[in-house]
Order: sequence, then structure tokens, then C-alpha cells
Amino acid sequence: MSLGGAESGAHPPGQGPPSPADQRPGGHRRSTTRDIERYAGLFAQRTKVMRSSAMRDLMALTERDDIISLAGGLPDTSTFPPESYAALMGTVASESCARALQYGPTEGIARVKTCIAQVMAAEGMAIDPDEVLVTTGGQQVIDLVCKTLLDPGDVVVCEAPTYPGAIPTFCSYQADIVGIAMDRDGMRVGELEATLDELQRSGRRPKFIYTVPNFHNPAGVTMSLARRRELVRIAGERELLVLEDNPYGLLRYEGEPLPTLYSLDDEFVIYASTFSKILSPGVRLGWTIAPAPIMAKMQIGKQGSDLCSSSISQYFVSAYFDAGPWEDYVRSLLEIYRRRRDVMLDALAEHFPREADWTHPQGGLFIWATMPSYIDTTDLLARALREQVAFVPGRAAFVDGRGGSDMRLNFSGVDEDAIREGIRRIGEVVREQVAMYGTLTGGPPTTTERAAPDAGARETERTPRPGAAADTAAAAPITAAEDDLAKVVPIPAQRKRAG
Amino acid sequence: MSTPDDTRAARTGAAGRRAGGLRVAVLKGGRSLERHVSLRSGARVEDALERLGHEVIAVDVGPDLVARLSSCSPDIAFVALHGRDGEDGTVQELLEVMGIPYTGSGVSACIRAADKVLAKHAMRDHGIPTPDFYAFNETALNTLGAAQALPAIEDRLSYPIVVKPARQGSALGVKFARCADDVPAALVAAFSYDRKILLERYVRGRELAVSILEDGGVARALPIVEAVPEQEDFYDFEARYEIGRTHFVCPAELDEAIAARAGELALETYALLGCAGFARVDLILAAESDELYVLELNPIPGLTETSLLPQAAEAAGISFDELVGRVLDAAGYSSEAKSSGVT
Repeated sequence: MSLGGAESGAHPPGQGPPSPADQRPGGHRRSTTRDIERYAGLFAQRTKVMRSSAMRDLMALTERDDIISLAGGLPDTSTFPPESYAALMGTVASESCARALQYGPTEGIARVKTCIAQVMAAEGMAIDPDEVLVTTGGQQVIDLVCKTLLDPGDVVVCEAPTYPGAIPTFCSYQADIVGIAMDRDGMRVGELEATLDELQRSGRRPKFIYTVPNFHNPAGVTMSLARRRELVRIAGERELLVLEDNPYGLLRYEGEPLPTLYSLDDEFVIYASTFSKILSPGVRLGWTIAPAPIMAKMQIGKQGSDLCSSSISQYFVSAYFDAGPWEDYVRSLLEIYRRRRDVMLDALAEHFPREADWTHPQGGLFIWATMPSYIDTTDLLARALREQVAFVPGRAAFVDGRGGSDMRLNFSGVDEDAIREGIRRIGEVVREQVAMYGTLTGGPPTTTERAAPDAGARETERTPRPGAAADTAAAAPITAAEDDLAKVVPIPAQRKRAG
Repeated sequence: MSTPDDTRAARTGAAGRRAGGLRVAVLKGGRSLERHVSLRSGARVEDALERLGHEVIAVDVGPDLVARLSSCSPDIAFVALHGRDGEDGTVQELLEVMGIPYTGSGVSACIRAADKVLAKHAMRDHGIPTPDFYAFNETALNTLGAAQALPAIEDRLSYPIVVKPARQGSALGVKFARCADDVPAALVAAFSYDRKILLERYVRGRELAVSILEDGGVARALPIVEAVPEQEDFYDFEARYEIGRTHFVCPAELDEAIAARAGELALETYALLGCAGFARVDLILAAESDELYVLELNPIPGLTETSLLPQAAEAAGISFDELVGRVLDAAGYSSEAKSSGVT
């Protein structure tokens, strides 16, 4: 007899219905085993898509104080001057108190939309502020797009790996998630087309393609201009929507900015961005621009979700834009993050073994590192936690069990010394496992032949280790390695920064 | 100066006199990988203890453990820790040193139960059926050429083989090796959790958990819980412990003789390892032979909303509060056995 079956509805013997005696001092009551089973019977199907509890428990440990966490995805808000914050809030209080404390329009207050237009102009997009929908973080855009477009079982195409925070949203709308592999130029559009063809043959048409073209989270790569053009061409030809998620576009540390997908095509692109990385994630403000019919549905969706985004936050943001050039703070962040990225890349080159590879992001907050295939990064995290260091296991960014040998490393959330030390410690445990595998397979301690059939192919892409001569050939186009790289984000061209 | 035993006796006596109004330190959290589960177990235990009229001191176990216990001088400690430090005798040893009575098994029982290799050797030596296994540690691998012995081990166990860290409570690091090529990576994974690992013959069958709870100093088996995976994906161990991925049947629908035998085996294992208070014994009922095998004993089973021991207790008509009360009571009965290190 199942606990959730015949007995559901009955109170456990000796317990009776929940009584005031069951109340915690804090007011909420802890559930019993049977409560869980009883309520579980009421849960919607979509709640049944859950991440592994082992992974969740491990990730909970990464927040311990004594851990150097490269697992977070947090911007560094510690450099925002408290006196500026106080002054801005003072301005809100003196100039807009009653309105800031009031509900606002669903689409956002007009002044914020002009601020958004300024930010978008900085990324080469001229827009009419009236077209903007202000949202509660960029995350809400993902939610509203799903809410507007998805029926259970509908296909969403995304990059593999994809932004880990998008996965629960897709899952909660019961989407069928199809991942397209990436390489150093971003989503592989050839594979995308082949996948779309295949879906078409089985009578399925994806509702939208989700992509983070700039400084991908978690992969750290940027979609090339050619790929961008290809992607909007494909979307246009097949009349598919693209959700362009661009939270990091302004955090570029090197190279020239590329046009956004939205600036290449505004017919099939839904654009999403946020104040989280250029000002504060705490204000929880993002925005979207979409084709008008979709925008109308998203507005209705937003009414159902939260009526409007925080008025206090919106007045704070508009006061901030009034107070001086908003770009100054972004520039100060760029300096900090660029240095931290460089420190992490140098530390990786120094401490990670030859068998590991990693991306060289031109911006954003993340580096994606790939271990030899016999290393499981979820288990490695358990080992790393003993050395008081943490990262995100790659599997968290896939929906199909891939990414088992990958990890995401964040360089924005901790200082340079912590990055150096953190990478040194992770490097040490990786080396330990590489050596152990070598011992177990009887090969020389650092060989990867047995478990990594693509090791040879990868070798062609590998840039020399520190001390070896610079090899510009490493930047050559991807060749035979392509197929092997389908599993994971492949090796970047620039292993070590020039100079 | 009193001996630790005197102190314990005196405290337990004092506690007993206060009849239900104990000052209980609930030890939870800690640094183990099961910290999260332990926090949930601990929070539930705290609520139950409060409802039972005890004074609760919640202690998230860390470097200040000894200092905190010294300053709050509890009558007794309820150990709601899982995994490393909490379940392997480390914290128990400290409590012994400090003369604080505590719930559950004593130091030596925890050491043996938390280490699957020690536990399985003890079982095998005493005729308790447990799947065949071989164990080795990092030293054997690094300095004694243990890798060369792998083919022989694989031959004797035959595939699939389960590779496990010796001391890791949850499913973390447990890997299935379907063929020789899977073994090295499975070993590397298991060694992520412990310096000692075991390779165990995989016994396919029904997964049973027998919870044991002492009542008036006598250990009794509670109704058996069967874990039934929803999918036949038995290679993904971690995924099986999700709500919805595995469902639990209690009491398990078993032939009476088999159920009785499972209970006996669990109690034998409990006695063999010298456990006290409560425990959970995991067994497999082999699909092909109907033979029962003991996999392991958890000296501090989970006490969360979805944990098996509370489910079994409920099936026996024992509410969670009553369960917690009994575990607390048993600490009085068992302190003598603990201090004498009965094996």
C-alpha cells in the first residue's frame, strides 16, 4: 500500500488534524511525512521536473563562509558607494515618495523606459521607449515568453549548455528542451538547422530559440557575427522566434562589440536585458522588446504575475540615471572584472593540468572549463569542498545529463587573491584525479588516451602551455575536431593571452 | 574529580529526575556533504522536542562546538548529524570526553557502521549475508600497485559492479560499472569522497529498509519500507532519491517469512555493530534467489519529512514526536553499553 494512496486524507495515527500545538514559534508548521505525500497528490505535473537533490545539497555547501566560491554568478556590488545609494534613495523620498510607494503601470514608468533606451543606444540599438516592457529582472522575460508561447510539450531550442536559471523556467512550462552544441563562435547554427529539419520531419516546430549571444553563461563564448546573421536568417525563413538574452553585453573587456540579434532583425527577435549587471541585481529590473502582438500578450501575462515591477526600484533607477553618467559605474566594473578575468586565466594556465581546457571570454562573468572525460565534476566538487573551494558542475547547465566533465567558474564575485587561491586548489584536485586515473589505467600518470578518444583531435586546437612558443595556428578554424566537440563547449583558440 | 562515567551517570540521573524537562542540545548541520539533510532533520527534531516540553538548544556544529557545549551545559545531546564527523564517531568521541550523554550509537558502533568496509567485514565474519566486495585505499593504489589487481577483482565480482566510497552516507559517489572500461572513472569518482573505496557485486532486487528503534532498552524492527524506483534506470543512483522518482511502500508487501528474516538480519547487524537507540539497515532482496543481503547500516538515519525511519515509525503507529521521545529515552539506557564499548 502506498503512503500516498489509501491513507491519503487520513491523519496519521495519534496525530489528528494539525492543531495549534503543531505551530512553530515562528508561525509556520513543519510537515509530516504524510503531509508531504498528501500534498504531493495535489502537485501539478510541471512541479515534478526537479534537479538532483545531491546536486542541490552540494550546491548548498558552496555558500559556507569558509569556502572560496567560484560557483556564484554574482556581480560585485561592493563597489557601489553607500553614500550614492543613500543620496539616490533620499531623492526618491523627497521627489517621488507617494508614487514610489504606489503601484505603477504594468509596462513600467516612462522615465525608466527612457533610461533603457539610453542603455540600448550604448549597444547600438535605437528604440522607441514606448516599445519597452519593464520587467522584474531579465528572468521574468524568460518566464513571460514561455507563458506567452508554450503549451506543454512544445519544443524550445537553446544552447547546450544553457543558462542554468532558464532550465527550471522551461521545465515549469513543460517544454521539450532541445540543446544545440556550441563552439568558440557560439551556437552551431549548422547543427541548429539540421535539428530544425529533423523536428520538422516529425511534424514539430519549436516555438522559440533561446540564446545568450554575448559572453554566454555558462560557456563564456560569444556568437560570431556570421553566426548571428545566420541565426536571424534561419529565424526569418522559418518564422521562428529568437529570445535574445543579453545581460552581459556591456561587460566587454576586449575586442569590438558585435551587433545584437535584435539590431539585425526586429521581426523575429525578442530582446531581453537587465540592470542587474550594469547597476544592481537587487533592483530586480529588466526589460524586453518584442514584436507588438507578442508584447501585448506578455503585458497580460505580467499583469497576472505581479501587476507591475517595483515602483521603488524604478524610481531609484531613474534617480540614478538623472544623477550622472550611468556609464561611469559600468566602466569601473569593467576595470575590476577585466583584472579578475585575467587573474583567473593566468591561474588556470599555471595550475590546471594539460588535460584540462577552458574558454577565454571576452566579457561577462564566467569561464567554462572542460576536464578529461573520466573526471565527473559533481564528484570533483565534493573533493574540492574538502579543500574549501567550489564551482558549478557542468551538468547543472544541461538538461540531458551532458556536461559531466565540465565546470563553470565565476570571476566577478570574489577578489583576485581568492581567485588565484581558488584556482590553485581546484587545479590540485584535478591533477590528483588525473594522476589517479593514470595509475588505474596503467598509463603514464598524465595520459588521457583511454578515456578521451578525442584527445588527439583536441591536441590540434591546444595552444601551448606557458613557456612554449606562442602558436598562432591555434586560432585556425575548427576542423576535424568539430564532431568531437559536439558534446561540450570546445576548446577556445586563445589559451593564454597574447603578451 | 569525577570520571567521565560518573559525570554521565550523574547527568543522566539529574535529567531523569526532571521528568520531561530536559535541556537538549540538538547537533545538526556540520561540514559534511549531508549538511543540508541534517539541517532538515535537526529542525524537525527541535520542533518535536519543544512539543515534548524540553528546552532546545540548536547547535550548528562547527569549530565552536566544544565551547558552545561547555557554555550551555545541556543535559543531553540529540545528534541529528549525518555523514562525516557526525555519524562516524567523531562528534560522539567529543561528547564522551565532555561527559555529555547523547542519542544514538556510541563511538565504536559509529566508527564501524559509518565505514562500509569495516561493517561488511564484521557482517561477513559473523555470517550475515552481504554482497561480495573488495576494498582498497589510496595507499594501496599509489604505493602497492593495486591497479594491477583490478582485473582479478572484476573477474571475481562479475559485472555490473557497484563502486562506493567507504564512508559516505548518501548516494553521492556511488557508481555502477557495467564493464571494465567503466571501472577507473568510477574509482576516481568514489575516491573524491573518501581515501578508501569498495567494489561490490551488484545484487539486483528489491530495496528494503528496516528501521530499528529501541523501546525500554530492547531493539525492535519497525515495519519494512520498500523503495520502488519509478523508472528502471537503476544506474543513476542519485536520481532515485527524488520525490516522485522513487516511491516508498510501507509496510513492504513481502512474504511473511521474508519480512521476518529481514527484521532478524537487521537486528543481528544492529547488535553486531553495537548500535544503540535507533538505526536503519538497508537490504536487498535478490530477484533471482529470494536471498536477503545486508548492504549497510546507518547509525543516524535521516529524520526529514521524507526519510524512511519516520515513515516506518508512522506505519507502526509511532508519531514523530513519540519517535524523538523514544530516541531520547534510549540514550539513558544505552550510556552504559556505549562506555563499555560492547562489540
